[in-house]
Amino acid sequence: MNYVAQRLLTFPLILLGVSVLVFVSIRLIPGDAITAMLGTEAGLLTSEQRAVLARYFGIDQPIWSQYLTWFGGLFQGDLGISVTFGRPVLSVILDHFPLTLELALLSMLIALSAGVPLGVLAATRNERTSDLVVRVLAMLGQSTPSFVLGLLIIYFLSVVFGVVPTMGTFTPLTVDPLASLGQLVFPAITLGFAFAASVTRISRSAMLDVLGDDYIRTARSKGASARSVVWTHALPNALIPVVTLSGVEFGYLLGGAVIVEQIFALPGLGRLVLNAITQRDYALVQGSVLFVAFNFLVVNLLVDLIYVALDPRIRLGKR
Amino acid sequence: MHWTTPRHLLAGLALATTLGSLAIALPAQAAGLRMAWAQDATGLDPHKQTAFSSLRLLELVYEPLVRLNSDLQVVPAIADSWEFSADGLTLTFKLNPNAKFSDGAQVTSADVKASFERLLDEATAAAARSNFLSIASIDTPDATTAVFTLSQPDAPILVAMATINAAIAPAAEIAAGTIGTKALGSGPFQLDSWTPNSQEVLSANPNWAGGKTGVDGITISVLPDETAILASLRAGQTDFALINDPLVATLVPNEANLQLNRVTGLAYNVLQLNPARKPMDELKVRQAISCAVNRQEVLDTALVGEGQVTGPLTMPAFRSDPAGLFCYQQDVARAKALMQEAGYADGFTATVIAANGEPPVASSEAQVLQSQLAAIGVKLEIKMMELNVYVDAWLAGDFDMAVAQNGGRPDPYPMYNRYFTKTGNLLKVSNYVDDTLDGLMQQGRSETDPDKRKAIFQQFEQHLTEMAPWVWLSTGYSYTAQLKTVQGFQPNPTGSLFALSQVTID
Repeated sequence: MNYVAQRLLTFPLILLGVSVLVFVSIRLIPGDAITAMLGTEAGLLTSEQRAVLARYFGIDQPIWSQYLTWFGGLFQGDLGISVTFGRPVLSVILDHFPLTLELALLSMLIALSAGVPLGVLAATRNERTSDLVVRVLAMLGQSTPSFVLGLLIIYFLSVVFGVVPTMGTFTPLTVDPLASLGQLVFPAITLGFAFAASVTRISRSAMLDVLGDDYIRTARSKGASARSVVWTHALPNALIPVVTLSGVEFGYLLGGAVIVEQIFALPGLGRLVLNAITQRDYALVQGSVLFVAFNFLVVNLLVDLIYVALDPRIRLGKR
Repeated sequence: MHWTTPRHLLAGLALATTLGSLAIALPAQAAGLRMAWAQDATGLDPHKQTAFSSLRLLELVYEPLVRLNSDLQVVPAIADSWEFSADGLTLTFKLNPNAKFSDGAQVTSADVKASFERLLDEATAAAARSNFLSIASIDTPDATTAVFTLSQPDAPILVAMATINAAIAPAAEIAAGTIGTKALGSGPFQLDSWTPNSQEVLSANPNWAGGKTGVDGITISVLPDETAILASLRAGQTDFALINDPLVATLVPNEANLQLNRVTGLAYNVLQLNPARKPMDELKVRQAISCAVNRQEVLDTALVGEGQVTGPLTMPAFRSDPAGLFCYQQDVARAKALMQEAGYADGFTATVIAANGEPPVASSEAQVLQSQLAAIGVKLEIKMMELNVYVDAWLAGDFDMAVAQNGGRPDPYPMYNRYFTKTGNLLKVSNYVDDTLDGLMQQGRSETDPDKRKAIFQQFEQHLTEMAPWVWLSTGYSYTAQLKTVQGFQPNPTGSLFALSQVTID
């Protein structure tokens, strides 16, 4: 069967599994929407009052019946109503998604445009000073938690330049591209830093592997210039693991860069899910997780397709 | 093209940074106050909301009949004056005839009646209802007079009315069922928009009976990390902010352009013992724990000294010198002796629960207590929990000990009746009551003479600390930080930000 069709057929099954898992797990955590809203004051409620609130939050029914109601809605594109926002879950998610998408793309761009050249540089100057510098940097990048880097950037900007990126709200790219990118450039650097480090390391080692291959020696012996050997002959093959890594990483980024969004106070998908969990906004948690899972699947499918483009030897679905 | 040389790469990075800095150059100065807080409001229903930020937001939009000033005195809000009858069974309010909702409609006694009836209706599901159960009926002889008939004398009810949970909302909105979706109040500001966990936009209410506000509006941004709030203040991009973490608060005075406002709050930090569990059911064990704790050290270490050692009564009008309370001077020898008498000379192991970040000092408090109690052989295992999980365990009384920060009230009765009276709603949490405590609470509730009430509640406090169901530790500060260009903010021990109606910006 066609590979793409095969993958598309498994989509609904995976999403069904995700929906059950998230539906059950969010309800297994102690505490509910009532304690989330009232805190310890929830203890002052009479049982009648508690029943009123349970009905309001839709948690008065048995869990299977809650699931069926929710699941039935999915087929009409209805992910339920967020109790925090008082609006349909899907519209809340779509409001928060552009920020996360832009942030993910920007940090991916930063990570790849810094990581690949640095990796290639290090590989071609194997064991020389510049290679060591790059490797130390990469090590540092991978081991610095994003909250440390983010706070350092904010601190540095506020102390040295007396400015901080706009926080709390978000200017969409379509409204004011410059303001939008300006707001996201530092969060994207924070987010992309560790990823750039991974890209550097992976492209360095992949490049070293490829440079040792027979066909590279053949290219050299045929008189190809050093530059053309690296960029034309070696790089495309060295990029395959980078593409794999990027696909997985991009999926995670779309799931919301929770920590970076939290530090820079960006109202994106990551913070949306985090707040939905702390506020036990069940419908919003379920909808967002499903949305993220869907994105993850789509991105990974695209990555598989890019493989084929990069390396015609790979024929998906055929052995 | 040799674009992989380190020099070119660095140049590229520098260019990217410069572009970024240009793009984030200061946005145009917005009219009004730019405010920030880490925790957003959780809803707009003044009767039902209990979260700190929700109350602070709604206090700017709605008004109760009376409010508390910065000395915790009851002062007029919608009501101009009020009077208890001689038998304490009738409470009459005269409303300010100029009080208007932001749509221009006058606030009448019918709105007062409708609001309290909504609050008392179980179908509303307002937790604050429990403070108003003595209200038997409400009469409205004319548009500006509201008469509350009480089923029993209830002196603290006036203070209970001075919270936004007893806000007066328009009777028409109550009938339409739009409270909580639309915020239509008689307060200094009106809410133009709310994006949960992101931003609130308020503008001055032209119909406010209190006159013109000092700023045209307030924009509140939610910045979940308080270090980022500090950076934003430092950069002059935020005018005014709420700060929870004492560690962040102590950094504010280092900045030349910033001012820290702090006021001793009513909330208290406490180590709750659970007398329903062995061996905390033994009075001597509880007393031993109380004697083994060095409260000043907990304060100095966990709260970086930001606060005061306190007994159960945190409000200035009732507060006494904590040095006179049971074992407030650490006495390890006495603690060990008490443990021995109770038959626990070798100590015991217990679990203490605490919530992550709520308050920010919870985990350090637990650690200091752990080391202090080790001296008498009590081995504490610390269990940190997500706030909701903690609340769930706390409400179920499912803990050996709990590090908590509990809210305070300007009056001891509403503050402690839930825990230490026989009908208290949270008896399951405290697991402790005796005839003395219950009797003193009932006396304090019906007594109207302030001096007699003070004496009653001090007796209550003495007895409570001696029975040691909980070990009261300290009361912290409630902080706000602001640019020095913001003038005229008066902090309030309740945490209220109502005074923002008076601030101006230079």
